[in-house]
Amino acid sequence: MNNASNGKYAAEAHDLNIYYGSFQAARDINLLIERQKITALIGPSGCGKSTVLRAFNRMNDLIPSARTTGDVHFHGKNIYDRDVDAVEVRRRVGMVFQKPNPFPKSIYENIAWGARVNGFKGNVDDLVEESLRGAALWDEVKDKLRQSGYSLSGGQQQRLCIARAIAIKPDIILMDEPCSALDPIATLRIEELMKALTRQYTIIIVTHNMQQAARVSDYTAFFTVKDDRTGYLEEFGATKEMFTSPQSQVTEDYITGRFG
Amino acid sequence: MAGDMRSNDGFPQGESYAGFVRKRRRVGTFFRTLFLLATVLGVVILAVLVLDVANDAFGYVAIQNQVAPESLAEDLEELPQEELLAILTANISAGRLRALNAQALVAERSQEEVLALVVSEVVRPKIVESWSLAESIFERARIEAELATIPNAVLEFKAWLNWDFITAPQSSDPTSAGIRTAILGSIWVTLIAFLVATPLGVGAATYLEEYSKGGKLDGLIETNINNLAGVPSIIYGMLGLAVFVRFFGQITSGVVFGAADPSTANGRTILAAGMTLGLLILPLVIINAREAIRATPRAFREASYGLGATKWQTTWHHVLPNALPGILTGVILSVSRAFGETAPLIVVGVSTFIVVDPAGPFSKFTTLPVQIFQWTARPQEEFQRLAAAAILALLFLLLTLNATAIYLRNRFARRY
Amino acid sequence: MQKDISKAAAPGIKAEIDLRRRPRRGEQIIQSTLWLCGLLSVLITVGIVVVLFFDALAFFGLDEVTLAEFFTGTAWQPKILQFGLFPLFNATVLTSAIGLLVAVPLGLMIAIYLSEYASPRARNLLKPTMEILAGVPTVVFGYFALNFITPILQGVFGRDVVEIFNVASAGIVIGILIIPTISSMSEDALSATPRALREGAYALGATRLETAVRVVLPAAISGIAAAVIVGMARAVGETMVVAIAAGAGPRNFSAWGDALSGLSFLNPFKAAETMTGHMVRISGGDLSYDSIDYNSIFAIGMMLFLMTMMLNLISRWIVRRFREEY
Repeated sequence: MNNASNGKYAAEAHDLNIYYGSFQAARDINLLIERQKITALIGPSGCGKSTVLRAFNRMNDLIPSARTTGDVHFHGKNIYDRDVDAVEVRRRVGMVFQKPNPFPKSIYENIAWGARVNGFKGNVDDLVEESLRGAALWDEVKDKLRQSGYSLSGGQQQRLCIARAIAIKPDIILMDEPCSALDPIATLRIEELMKALTRQYTIIIVTHNMQQAARVSDYTAFFTVKDDRTGYLEEFGATKEMFTSPQSQVTEDYITGRFG
Repeated sequence: MAGDMRSNDGFPQGESYAGFVRKRRRVGTFFRTLFLLATVLGVVILAVLVLDVANDAFGYVAIQNQVAPESLAEDLEELPQEELLAILTANISAGRLRALNAQALVAERSQEEVLALVVSEVVRPKIVESWSLAESIFERARIEAELATIPNAVLEFKAWLNWDFITAPQSSDPTSAGIRTAILGSIWVTLIAFLVATPLGVGAATYLEEYSKGGKLDGLIETNINNLAGVPSIIYGMLGLAVFVRFFGQITSGVVFGAADPSTANGRTILAAGMTLGLLILPLVIINAREAIRATPRAFREASYGLGATKWQTTWHHVLPNALPGILTGVILSVSRAFGETAPLIVVGVSTFIVVDPAGPFSKFTTLPVQIFQWTARPQEEFQRLAAAAILALLFLLLTLNATAIYLRNRFARRY
Repeated sequence: MQKDISKAAAPGIKAEIDLRRRPRRGEQIIQSTLWLCGLLSVLITVGIVVVLFFDALAFFGLDEVTLAEFFTGTAWQPKILQFGLFPLFNATVLTSAIGLLVAVPLGLMIAIYLSEYASPRARNLLKPTMEILAGVPTVVFGYFALNFITPILQGVFGRDVVEIFNVASAGIVIGILIIPTISSMSEDALSATPRALREGAYALGATRLETAVRVVLPAAISGIAAAVIVGMARAVGETMVVAIAAGAGPRNFSAWGDALSGLSFLNPFKAAETMTGHMVRISGGDLSYDSIDYNSIFAIGMMLFLMTMMLNLISRWIVRRFREEY
């Protein structure tokens, strides 16, 4: 990914507006996602942060009433252009969901499936091992690759989903509150894994947990809502600065726990 | 996507990946079309079914008179009653005349009635050939040619489904056969099935949803109901034959109530058939009613219990009224199933030939689907046309029932 | 003020409140009545079993009938006292198999379309159509088989090949008849798979077809298998279509060699009476109690009941045993 595109940003959102039917979920979002860094999207519930995250791999396409205007630049192209195939976008922008959602297949098949679907021609065994190692799961499952993905614990399932995502070699991995269904120990392991993944990948994570954002992210985007229930970006910057000297009063109120 | 992608990671790159995605998209579109076509085929089959039946129920017929009306009089319809009477008595046997007089004195009948008698007894029009609607429209020339080979035949357009057909009793003559007795029989049988299945079914559903504590026996009842719904309908016919017709024959024939003559009566009556169909639809009624009862919000029950109501008070005053539209819809759908059933009734033993209207639960009977079956089983084309006309009537009646169910469902759609 | 309140409350306090449980006769009677309604369904099953076995036993107890002949004989000719079930059973299996060949692919494709592709509006239009198809009485389908499908088959394969009554036409129409059963049960199974599973597949760059066929379909496979088996049970028990269109007499064979030669027992274009078809034809006349015909249809009925019961139990077992774990 080093020479994929020369800028320092892996993806850029410009003037993004997202609607569900007549309801506007997000307004005028501008975000620059830096390469090999973790960008956290935080904010009170209903502020549209998950919606914005799903705009980066066109997952909102799957909701019949959803409509998106504005640009998301990725590899020098707007992914919402007419000639762009959502399947190709998702192949390059992986995603990990709020609740672990392995397929009802074996651990091995869970990882091999995405690769096969995308025309992988190399050695699948090696790919599975490499991906499981990358997700820090290999040692725990190497002897039971044929067992169902559901035989794993919640934290392991989530790491399996991460392994599944990195098996197709994406540029960006989107994580939608990946730890919200996990216990603190499993959460810690995922956070360590995220840090390690930045050696190769760019990560955007939605989290409702401010401590988590402060712990893992390099940049933080703080979203909020006004009375019209439409989400907008209140503040965006380096995580350290935002948590020590927020620019806006609303941000300060939120991160100090006075609101939300 | 443009740009130089990572190479050597095992995935197709650049243009070759784009081509790969295009190929997958094409396969996707192909199957999507295939799935859509399969679904459309389902709709087409339904349409073809109805059109096929309608095609057979209307069309030209060639009518041949046994005696040409012109040989009797110049214009039969204009003749006064006395002259018609003379023609009638001159052309039929003395025995037949006695039989007619036994029904009602022929001499005292009106001009129209005697005219009808002259037509049916003397002129005796007979349908010797019939054509489908499609043939009648597109192959007029061929029909004319075929008609020319039949002596003394007149071509006439006949709607086999007409008011006379609906109101006339059954007959072995396709020209005058009708379905009144069959429709009445169907209504009687379905009514009894309804009366049997509704209270029992709603009661069982109420028990399973509101009272059952999930014990062993309750579990057995539950599995059993689901299994019963999968038992072929003909098996219910055997149950009805052995239990209602034979074992309880004294009751179902009406003999114990003095409603029938013990020397000739047997249990093959409306009552036995209705009870058989009642058992047949019972599992359906239970399953539908359970769903309706289950859809009642918990909050309704809790509000009632919170005011100190007993279980039955809660069920009777809150749960059942709330579930009523759903229960009713389910009952109507089940009843329409009973209305269309054939096999169990044949096994129970419907009468094959009934010309008098059923008078009550102890009457012998036939039903509309059974009538259709009997006509379909006959090789002559005319009976196939009668069957087609009867099918249209049956489908119309079922459609009315189902439309009522849908109307009820929408009319009482939940407002919470 | 306070005095007033205590005075007002006084009468209420005086009355003793008895919180002990007391019998409620009415409630108990109602509960028992409702319980009996539920129990009646069990009685129906018991009744069916007793009735079928009682008369079937009477049949097997006759001197003219042996169990061995019933299960191994190749001809069913009551007039000359031959009671081999095979011709009837074979016709039932043939019509059902043809029906499943039609209904399984079509029903599955319809289910996938309705659950994975159709817009809500298309679904609202198409699902009622399927329900209407399911509500058409089977006697109408019988008419359709005899007067529409058979002429088409005769037109395609020739009148000398396809008999007026034939297994193929009845089988095809049985297939049409069970499409709604299979499609609606399969669609329920497909729709019950969670959204998260689909999103997981889409997020890996899968197309809609890949998601539907390679993720959702395998995840719903137990429900679909159950649907197919229920469809099979319906096909086996279907009566009017075969009574009208399949044949008015058993396709008998003089010996097993006769049946197997040229696989003539499989010929779909010749007539063959099924178990249900035979039961209907025999019942159609005035059947006198305790005649050999009367008892024989109960023996056939018992076999039919056991077959469908087994299929229904298998389907239930599949659903329980392979319950989806998501």
